[in-house]
Amino acid sequence: MSILIGRDTRLLVQGITGREGEFHSRAMVEYGTPLVAGVTPGKGGLMAIDGAVPVFDTVAAAVEATGANASCIFVPAAGAPDAVLESVAAGIATIFCITEGIPALDMIAVVEEVRLAGARLIGPNCPGATSPGKAKVGIIPGSIHREGRVGVVSRSGTLTYEAVQAMTDAGLGQSTCVGIGGDPVIGTQFLEILQLFEADPETDAVVLIGEIGGTAEEEAAAWAAEHLRDVPKVAFIAGRTAPEGKRMGHAGAIVSGGRGTAASKVEALEAAGFRVAGSPTELPALLRDAGYGG
Amino acid sequence: MKIHEADAKSLLVAQGLPVPAWEVARTPTQARAAAVRFLADPGNATRKVVIKAQVLVGGRGKAGGVRLAGTADEAEDVAAQILALEIKGLPVRRVLVGPAAEIVKEYYLSVVLDRATRRLMFIGSAEGGVEIEQVAVDNPGAIVYEHADPLLGLPDYAARELAFKIGFGPHWKAGAAIAKGLLKTMLAYDADLVEINPLAVIREHNADGSEVERLVCLDAKMTLDDSALARHTELESLRDLDAEDPTDVEARRYDLTFIKLEGDIGCMVNGAGLAMTTMDLVKRAGGRPANFLDIGGGAKADRVAAAMRLILDDPNVKAILVNIFGGITRGDEVARGLIEARAQQEREVPMVVRIVGTNAAEAAELLEAASFVTAASLDEAAEKAVSAAKAAAA
Repeated sequence: MSILIGRDTRLLVQGITGREGEFHSRAMVEYGTPLVAGVTPGKGGLMAIDGAVPVFDTVAAAVEATGANASCIFVPAAGAPDAVLESVAAGIATIFCITEGIPALDMIAVVEEVRLAGARLIGPNCPGATSPGKAKVGIIPGSIHREGRVGVVSRSGTLTYEAVQAMTDAGLGQSTCVGIGGDPVIGTQFLEILQLFEADPETDAVVLIGEIGGTAEEEAAAWAAEHLRDVPKVAFIAGRTAPEGKRMGHAGAIVSGGRGTAASKVEALEAAGFRVAGSPTELPALLRDAGYGG
Repeated sequence: MKIHEADAKSLLVAQGLPVPAWEVARTPTQARAAAVRFLADPGNATRKVVIKAQVLVGGRGKAGGVRLAGTADEAEDVAAQILALEIKGLPVRRVLVGPAAEIVKEYYLSVVLDRATRRLMFIGSAEGGVEIEQVAVDNPGAIVYEHADPLLGLPDYAARELAFKIGFGPHWKAGAAIAKGLLKTMLAYDADLVEINPLAVIREHNADGSEVERLVCLDAKMTLDDSALARHTELESLRDLDAEDPTDVEARRYDLTFIKLEGDIGCMVNGAGLAMTTMDLVKRAGGRPANFLDIGGGAKADRVAAAMRLILDDPNVKAILVNIFGGITRGDEVARGLIEARAQQEREVPMVVRIVGTNAAEAAELLEAASFVTAASLDEAAEKAVSAAKAAAA
């Protein structure tokens, strides 16, 4: 099973002929992801990735020809919201938007369209997701993973790599690792990913990696307290030492008016039964303390 | 990006919102000239002017940055005093001069981006003129919340509902129009906050001496989405470079995110979450981070060298910790940048480097040949950097 992506995934990449799109598409193919199509307007008919992937002018044409059911967007910020809408219109069920720097207000209507269509958007400004041994969508290095039964969800990119590497080094494999993105307006929040993990028979434990800003971690914790009672769960929160009123890189990472502090998140997570690590390297040991044997 | 009250008011006026007249003065003489005009205005019911410091921090009033004057002489004197102030570390370079309003009632109205619902949200209250955070604590029932529709914005009926809920009384039509105008302003300039506090009913005099009351935006606070500035090039001129550290300007030039902090261990990291984590681990190992620095994804050698210059510009820095988890970023590029930067740097500062992920092996070879101190794990890197800083301070 795993979540979001798996053996049934048929991926298309929007912006496959761009520098980033091409580089990461190649890595996805090398990982074994079923990448069935690329889309770049005006380049329909070409073959990308050493002749392995057909390119189409539109997502609709790509879906019709290949049966693609997931998309990954590398289109620059000015065109990325439209790229999401194009995937939605073509009936794509699971959309990953890697692009960073999209104006927040642009995403409000897009997220609503995704919701109305019953599709799922991960991101924007996210690293994507990997279901080890099955498929990888986005920019997470494939080498850090190991197949297993721990679900990982994070708001960050490289911090996720750090945590996943620590788990893999300790022999703890993952069912799916998802980066939901660091922007203020994102398609899918922590809580929804935890719900997917709860329903996944191949996920036996969860790791949540949050950061300061917003209240998404607290909301996820409240849900987990009730629904993930018997599931081993650990967390890490970045930004314990961040000063108030400063955006720490991510547009979403800011403590303001006393809200969104690391302390409030750690408290909410601990109250919900999460073991909260002081460093990403402690996550594997805490998972074992929490009763996870994997 | 934060912008000044006077600039925010200009944007509100451009979108058709009611804002009483004002002028911006850079000198006491200019403030005097503006005061002369507003004092002579027969519509000015109070026969006074207000002079307000234009700085990008809250609490101007408490710091003596907002004062009244009843004569041109007094206005010049008050402006001189305010222009000599430094409020929370920021020098006052400009003042806003306007008629001192005769306030009948103060309200609060803002539009913010609500992350939880992923919609724009109006926050309104009949308890205006005070900090809304305080109202939220003391009297949460006095605050009204209303979400804009993600596709339709704020239809007329919703604007009316909001106006009646806040309780504008006879001014409900003006209140509804202002709510719609604030949303229009937000969308026109890609703001992530537009806040009017107070939104006030003021009393003015007509030419015939009769009195009239109207609802106006007396103050304005606005922040703009940095990600959208590229399509609003006209707004770039509103950036207040005085309110920014020169390092911020330099950082922006190289696409770096740099925030100066109080400590003595310079940090260079790729990715915001990992950069925060690195700071946290420095603190945990008993040290104090000198900065937050995210070199972003795919940094090349020149960006790394620029980042190193920014760190070394801070005289407090006694040790440097470089932590790179290569994904898009290639470890060997970073290593080359570090070697280049070290060749140029003017002072000797101990550095601990950890590079893992993409091209880490090549990076390790380069760093070893150049005899850098390296670390395998993040915890080890933090500990080594902290000891190095302590040794340098001793």
